[in-house]
Amino acid sequence: MWIDRTKCDAHRLCAELFPESIRLDDWGYPIIASGPIPASLLPHAQRAVDSCPVLALALRRVARRA
Amino acid sequence: MSDTVLWYTTRGAGAVSLVLLSAVVVLGVLSTLRFESASWPRFLTSALHRNVALTAIVFLALHIVTAVVDPFTHLGWLAAIVPFSSYYRPLWLGFGTVAFELLVAISVTSLVRGAIGHAAWRGIHWLSYASWPAAVLHGFGTGTDAWSAWMLVIDVVCILAVLAAICARLLARPPDPLAADRARFRDRVSRTIGR
Repeated sequence: MWIDRTKCDAHRLCAELFPESIRLDDWGYPIIASGPIPASLLPHAQRAVDSCPVLALALRRVARRA
Repeated sequence: MSDTVLWYTTRGAGAVSLVLLSAVVVLGVLSTLRFESASWPRFLTSALHRNVALTAIVFLALHIVTAVVDPFTHLGWLAAIVPFSSYYRPLWLGFGTVAFELLVAISVTSLVRGAIGHAAWRGIHWLSYASWPAAVLHGFGTGTDAWSAWMLVIDVVCILAVLAAICARLLARPPDPLAADRARFRDRVSRTIGR
């Protein structure tokens, strides 16, 4: 999961919808856990991305390590 | 018999649409205000905003289709598509057409928000403040029940709710906790680059 810090305005919907990977700093801006998101959590991650009011979040496919 | 069913459906769906659209506007404003409480998380406001809007479109489709196919009025499809083209109350029907077409533009751009980008989406979303008043004017101008007591109660409640929401938005401070810092930073960057 990728975030564009210049767009983020601390709306916090992502942290409400996807607390498994997103927590908030003291000002309400998201801190995203590093590493790939387990397949079982992908629908929740997608919902968080779709709900961002300023389109600051994106999911990108990462190459699986051999 | 079926004529009266169609006509009653038009009137009922119109009144329901006004209530739903007003709720959509209020929910939209509440989400920009970042309203929340212990039992009302922020995503609830935006999810409701979206789903009530989609429900309103269903009722508006019902409102328009039943009005057009009603054999008594002969409104025709053109009046539903081209604003102010109707032979019957062109001005007031036209406001309804404008309101609906703006709503379609607002909704479609919201569904493809990721493709058109945030700035374009937001610009088009401001048209909500034209669409809702046009819908209200349409209701007052040509609503069969416009001056019946129960409809006036609905009108007053909807208008007061939306006005209250708009006032709250106008009076609210920027909700981003770092808004002032970020504005100062942006200002400094643009001045540096501009030099």
